[in-house]
Order: sequence, then C-alpha cells, then structure tokens
Amino acid sequence: MRREQGKRAVFTRRILLVGAAKAAVMGALGARLYQLQVVEGERFRTLADENRISVRLIPPPRGRLLDRFGEPIAANRLNWRAMLVAERTDDVGATLATFSEIVPLTEADRARIERELRRRRRFVPVVVRDYLAWEEMARLEVNAPDLPGILTDVGQSRIYPGGEAFAHVIGYVAPPAEADLDGDPMLELPGIRVGRAGLERAHDRALRGRAGTVRLEVNAVGRVIRELAREEGTPGQDVTTSLDAGLQQFAAERIAEESAAAVVLDARNGEVMAMVSSPSFDPSLFDSGVSAAQWREWTTNRRAPLINKAIAGLYAPGSTFKMVVALAALEARVVSPGERIFCAGLTELGDAKFHCWRRGGHGWLDMREAIKQSCDCYFYEAAKRTGIDRIAAMSNRFGLGVEPAIELPGARPGLVPTRAWKRATQGVPWQQGETLVHGIGQGFIQTTPLQLAVMTARMVNGGRAIEPHLTRAIGGQLVRGARPEDWPMVGIPEAHLKLMRDAMGGVVNERGGTAWASRLPPEVGASMGGKTGTTQVRRITMAERERGLRRQQDLPYEWRHHALFVGFAPVENPVYACAVIIEHGGGGSAAAAPVARDIMAETLLRDPARRDSAPAPSLQVAAAERRER
Amino acid sequence: MIERRLSRERGMTLTEKLGSVSWTFVLLLGLMAGVGYAMLYSAAGLNPEPWAFRHGLRFGFGVLMMIGIAMVDIRIILRLAWPLYLVGIGLLVLVALHGQVGKGAQRWLDLGGFQLQPSELMKILLVIALARWFHRASLERVGNPLFLIPPLIAILIPAGLVLKQPNLGNAVITLVVGGAVFFAAGVRWWKFAAVIGAAAVAAPIVYDRLHDYQRQRILTFLDPESDPLGAGYHVIQSKIALGAGGMFGRGFGQGTQSQLNFLPEKQTDFIFTMLAEEWGFVGAASVMALILLVVFYGLAIALACRHQFGRLVAAGITVNFALYVFVNIAMVMGMIPVGGVPLPLVSHGGSAMITVLIGFGVLMSVHVHRAVEIEGEQAEA
Repeated sequence: MRREQGKRAVFTRRILLVGAAKAAVMGALGARLYQLQVVEGERFRTLADENRISVRLIPPPRGRLLDRFGEPIAANRLNWRAMLVAERTDDVGATLATFSEIVPLTEADRARIERELRRRRRFVPVVVRDYLAWEEMARLEVNAPDLPGILTDVGQSRIYPGGEAFAHVIGYVAPPAEADLDGDPMLELPGIRVGRAGLERAHDRALRGRAGTVRLEVNAVGRVIRELAREEGTPGQDVTTSLDAGLQQFAAERIAEESAAAVVLDARNGEVMAMVSSPSFDPSLFDSGVSAAQWREWTTNRRAPLINKAIAGLYAPGSTFKMVVALAALEARVVSPGERIFCAGLTELGDAKFHCWRRGGHGWLDMREAIKQSCDCYFYEAAKRTGIDRIAAMSNRFGLGVEPAIELPGARPGLVPTRAWKRATQGVPWQQGETLVHGIGQGFIQTTPLQLAVMTARMVNGGRAIEPHLTRAIGGQLVRGARPEDWPMVGIPEAHLKLMRDAMGGVVNERGGTAWASRLPPEVGASMGGKTGTTQVRRITMAERERGLRRQQDLPYEWRHHALFVGFAPVENPVYACAVIIEHGGGGSAAAAPVARDIMAETLLRDPARRDSAPAPSLQVAAAERRER
Repeated sequence: MIERRLSRERGMTLTEKLGSVSWTFVLLLGLMAGVGYAMLYSAAGLNPEPWAFRHGLRFGFGVLMMIGIAMVDIRIILRLAWPLYLVGIGLLVLVALHGQVGKGAQRWLDLGGFQLQPSELMKILLVIALARWFHRASLERVGNPLFLIPPLIAILIPAGLVLKQPNLGNAVITLVVGGAVFFAAGVRWWKFAAVIGAAAVAAPIVYDRLHDYQRQRILTFLDPESDPLGAGYHVIQSKIALGAGGMFGRGFGQGTQSQLNFLPEKQTDFIFTMLAEEWGFVGAASVMALILLVVFYGLAIALACRHQFGRLVAAGITVNFALYVFVNIAMVMGMIPVGGVPLPLVSHGGSAMITVLIGFGVLMSVHVHRAVEIEGEQAEA
C-alpha cells in the first residue's frame, strides 16, 4: 500500500513537472510569436507587401516622325491580336480548330502556339495570331461563344508609310540588343522596340517617352488578382523633320533603278529636304526580325542596299571639286579671274602626261569658261600653282574631309589629303603630279554625296557655313539652325562666290556647258546652276587610249565611271542645293545631270513659296499605289 | 464508498459510462476543430469545399469513434496491450513493404479509400504497451536497469521502423513519448541524463546516415535565408506571414500571404501561420491557450486516475498530443526544422485527425474507468 502511494506520489510530482514544462514551452512559443508579430510586425508587413505587389511598366506609344508639312513618315499602327488563355478552355485543341475555321492558322503558327503553351503557365496569354484585319477581328468577336479561352487585344507596331524611300534616313526599330540597354527599365519589356538606325536611333530617347507604372496584386505564381494603382507614362515626342515626303518619294523613284544616292538641301540653313540611297530595303521587316536568308541577300548584294550611300558612300568628287580649286587659287592670288590659260588637251610634267577630257584641247580659257567646259588642263595648272595644302584647307572650309554634323549615325568624314597626311600614312613625300590629279578631283580625295551638297550650298548661299540637319522640332520645340543667321560665315569674298555661281549657271544654261542638255524646262520658271563630274573607277591604260577611248556603255558595269552632279537653283537667288551620284553611271553630264534636273524641277515645283495651290500629292499617290499592290 | 465498491464489482452500465464521459473535454476538442473549420474555410477562399466541410465531417465521425473507444473497459485494453502493440509493429512492417510513397517517404497505408499512417497509431499502442509493462512494477523494480531493457527495446523497434520510412520527426516524437512514460513511471533522472549524453555522442553518426532531404532540412533550419527559393522558402514565407499578422491580424480571409498562396501548405502543416496572419497575435495566443487547456485537462485525467496503468496511458497520450502541438508551432516559427507535422484537430488531413481522436478515446476510457480495480494491482483506498 505504501509502495503504491509512493508510486503515485512520484507520478503526481513528475506529471506536475511535465505540466509546468509544457506551460513553460507554450510560454516560450508565445513569446517568440509576440516577437515576430508585434515587435517585428512592421518589417514583415513590408515584406508581405513586397511579395504581393508587383509593379509593372506600361510602355507609352512611340513618338512619330513627321515630314516638314506634318505628314507622318513613321507612325504606329494598332496591332490587333488574338490570344489564347489555356486555363479558360477545357480543350485547347478544339478551340484552335474552331479558330482556324474563322482565321486560318499555318503549320508554323500551330507549332509556335504549342511551344509557347508548353513553356508558359496556363493563365498566361499566348499570341495565336497578330496583325489581324478588321474583318477577321469582327468574325472572331461574333464567334466568341464558340471560342472559349480566346481573347483579343491591341498592341502597337511601327509602320513606315513611305516604305523603302525613307529607309536609310528614318532607319528602323528592332528589339533591343544587349548594347541598347541604357538603364531604362522599359527596355526589359517584352515586345518593346528601339531605334536601331537613322533618325529612329538618333532621336530614340525623345521618341521612346517614359513608361507608366501599374501596381498589381499578384499571387505566388504571378497571376494578377487586381489592379491597385496606375500612373500613366509620358508618350514619346513627335519629331518634325525637314524632309519633304513627296520630294523624298520622287527622288527615290527617280534613282530606283540605279546604285545611286541623291541629297537635296535648303542651301540657306542646311535643312535636308530629301536624302535617298538606292537600292533600298523595307524597314518594317526589322520589326518582327529579319530572316537569315534576307539578311544574307542584303549583306552580299554588291550594290549594298543597307548602306546609306548619301552619308557613307565615299567617292572622288571629280570635276565637281573644281570650284574649290578655283576658290583656293583665287584666295592665294595665283590665278586671277580673267587670266587665260591654254589647254592643248595634254599637260606634261616631267615624263608624265596629264590628259584633258577633250582630246583636242580647249585652247585659251578664263576661269568661268574653264568651269563651264570643265577643262582639265586649266585646273592642272591652277592646282600646280596653288599647292595641295591650300586646296585642302579650302576643302575643309566647304565641309570636305570633315565629319558633317548631321544627326544620322554612320556619316563618314571622307578624306582630303595634305603633304603631312601622306608622309604620316604612306611614309613617302608628296609628288607634284598628285597635286595635278587632285586639281580635277581625283586621287586620294574621298567625299560623300552629302558633303558635296553641303559644299555647293556654302558656295551659293552667300558663304554661310551651314551644317546639314534633319530635325526641325522635337515635341513641338523648334531646334536651333533654321535661320541663316544661325550659321557662321565661311569667309570668301562675295566677288569670288558670285563668279562661281555665274560659272555654274553657265554649265547648265549656256551652249557649250557640260550640262546644257539638262537645263530646267521652261514651265519650272527658274533655272539651275551646277557642275558635272565623272570619276574613274579604273585607270585608263595606254593601250586603250591608243585604240581610242571606248564608249562607257561598252565597258563591263563595274569598270564604268561614276557619274556626279552638284547643283543649285534658282541661279539668281539660290535656295536649294543638291548632289547626285550614279555609281557606274558613265558620265556626269549623261547620267547624273538629268537626274539632278528632274529632282531640282520637282523641288522647285513643290516649293510652297513658289506655287499658288498647296498640295503636291506625290506621296499620297505613291502611298495609294502601294496599297493597291 | 459503498456505491463505488458495488459499481466496481458489478461493472458500470452503458448509461453510467456515457454519463461519466467528460463532456467539457469533448467541448474543448470541438472548439479546436471549429478553429480548424474556420481556417480551412478561409484557406479555400471562403468556401467549405474542398477542405472545411470534410474536416467537420471527419471530426463528427472521429468523436463518435472516440466515445465508442471510451466505452471499452480499460481492463480489456490492458489485456490487449501486447497484441495491439504487435499489430502496430505489423502495420509498420506492412507500410515499409507496400506503403504509398508520398513526398519521398513510405508512410501511408491505403485501407480502401481510407489512408492510415501507422506511425501515428503506433505511438498510442506503444504508450499502452509501456503502461502495461510498468503498471504493476514497484519503484524498486523500476530502479533496476535490467527491468528497463525490454520496454527500451519496445520503444526502439517502432522508432527504428519509423526512421527507416524515413520520418525523422515522428521517430523523435516516438522516442520522447516513450521516454515520457518512463519518466512518469519513476525512472531515475540520471538514467535520462545518461541516455541524452549517449545520444549527443551518437548524433554525428546519425547525421551521417540521414537522407539528403533530412540533412537539408536541418541545414536550412540553421540558416533559412541561405536558400530562399528552395528548402528555406517555406520558413521565410511563414515568418513573413506571421509577422504581417501583427497584433490583431489582417482579418478573416484577408491574409495576403495565405490567400495569394505565398504560404505553402497552408491547409496542413502551416495552418497555424495562416491563423496567426489572419487573426493576429491575439487570435494565435488564444488558440495556444486553448491547446494548453486541453493538455492540462489530459494531465488532470492522469492525476485523477486510481490505477497506475490508466495514469501512465493518460500521461503518455497527453504528452504525445502536446509534443505534436509544440513541434508544429515551433516549426512554423522557424525554431526547429520543418518536419511535415500537422497541428492536431486543426490541420486538414483525415489520418491525423482519426489517430488523435483514437488516442483521446483511450484517454477518455481512462477517465471513465478511473476507479476500476485492476487485478494484481491493489486499488488505492
């Protein structure tokens, strides 16, 4: 009995101990709970909110690019899309089968949809088809009850109403590459596009705008439960360019058959009114990704469709360079305007012979006649007297050998050689014969069509050192450079400039001028001045000279000369300057001058200040034609 | 006194037995299950399906079963102690051979639509067997180390089988429950100290033989932030949910961590977290107080029993329940490794609910038959 009592006493003691221990343990748990919930509550509350609140960016619409009259040349198109949410349908296959009866799906579409469905969570929408036509959208809406899981929405994609004509200037947009990531979180968004070339790239920041944000409540797998708050972003700004869309279209069509480039400037302030390069490409292809085959075609094409030849094509200026030589000679006072120099068709220097393009020679010529007839011997002599370094200095003042300030990425500075340059790069001294060759714009010298247009503009606008530019306004804010007074003077006496204008007028408008055949038709109501140029791609051999120079048309394409023309109009009161190059076109007067004539005529006809009724509907017509196709 | 004696000799009628069931205790259990129903209703987005309704149904069924077991004479349970123990061992062996594989461990036995986790049942059967062993022993015999070897083996066999499944948490609980019966029976303090010391020496060896996922749990417990999206994710999200609850909680059905599924397994292992998030410290502490009340009630039943067998059984079952609660709550607060241990009566899960109520049925049988005379053991005056 006592034993039993002892056992029970021990039991009771120990059970009370267990109870006390349990109470202590619960107390400890309660204290820990108090610590977590009450003491540290605020911190965990924040963490819980970080869990559930997801901040997402809403991309704003990209700004448009407009021509000088406000016509859009890069705009956004609504992209109607049909999406499939797998979890909202019992049978994905059946829904897609019904869908394809309404809007056809290709095998590739189906494969892509299946791939995405496998990869994504079941509540994430997968694009079934995009760029749906309006009627297709309507049919989908009508049949919505038979299409469980299908929903439609609208995104934006870039369109270029001018198509290929504007490709090199506007550039294009494409998904951002690693190098494009500049810290803007918007670039991480799927489907976002950034400017990758041309103005789209140059003004990308302004065009892009600032993303808005939306605060969403999401669950652990990322499904959106509801929207908590929304902050609208800033839409991208419209950029007004100086381009005339109709003129651009005209110029592009005029040179479409050739490997060529043309630039039209407002000579007074440097605004680029048209800049075309041929052949071109379809800029909208970059939006969705260029196929490997297409890319190979573009990059192996010897006519280089992706290169903007107007700013990146390098050519010897040929005879279009003669005005610079003349101005350098006048400034150095080694030739006077009235001095006559004899051309026998050949200039000898030591053992070397330098030919004039006219085999029989021009006889006695003053400066105006030498430019008008493009005599080579005159400029051999003028260059010899002036020296290469003074010619180079004059070239630089007219923008040659200097990188132009244009907004477009990829503009090249070209090359204007000096004695120092040759010593430094080739290690041999300058030869006098090389000075002679540069007198007619051949040799080491390399220029771009844009530089030649700038050179011409500075020569005819009263000597203002305008820089070429394409931007008139960003988001309605005017950009500096629209007024002639914005630009400094080149520093050439007006008498010299007047002589150049006069001589260039003679080139086109006088019998015996090299571009007489390309004078403007009378209905334009103004005349054009200019200068032809023809540059050799390949040296003419003595043997060929003996046999008699063969006609350019008989040579293989790659051996034919480049044809150049620089021009301005009207002669009396210059407003526009242009430069045209036709690769392997044969001769400047035969191939380039007629193109320049047509472009200048169109430019003058379209000038609002010169015509009574407003619209010249070239762009609309062209656009309509494209739609027909 | 005379009445008592008469009833002891005659045995009690069913009505008398029903009358002596502690309905207060049943009410406490009902409150716990009610908390569980509310939480499961909230976890399903304020919907009785798929969890809450079935939880209520199971509880109703389980309570009937508990009362049924309470009607069984404690002396029958005493006589069947060893056979029941052998059945339990048999089930453990069966589950090792044919069990359902869930989450990488063989724990479940499918009994035709009803899943049983034998390791849960085993602890109750072990408690009964150990109480059978100790109930007649005097303190002197308990003091004899040789006398302690058979019950020690009786503990180690099921603990080893459970560890083999592998289910580290339950194996440890099995050991501690067995130890608790030893303790209640009067085994000397120093013997426990010796065993714990031996365990400390053996720990590195055991750790070496653990499964990778068990080791991972221990390592994650030691530094949860080291692997926030892997094994540590549960604990981190649980702590965030607890903390976000604050003093008064975010409101019923309003816990963002639970409702938006950041909290994993909210309807089973982490139901206490959800409760704390939605009802705050006030609600969670109240539920802990309720649980403590249940434990104290169980211990009171043990203390009030007139025979050693009933006392040991009641103490063992109560400690088992208390351990469960402790492991679960400490687990969700990141104080011990996550071990797949539900909160009894509150968490969703049929097997756990039924085994807990079977245990309480035995406890209630002790309460109903607290005054019976057990042969070979002198009744106390």
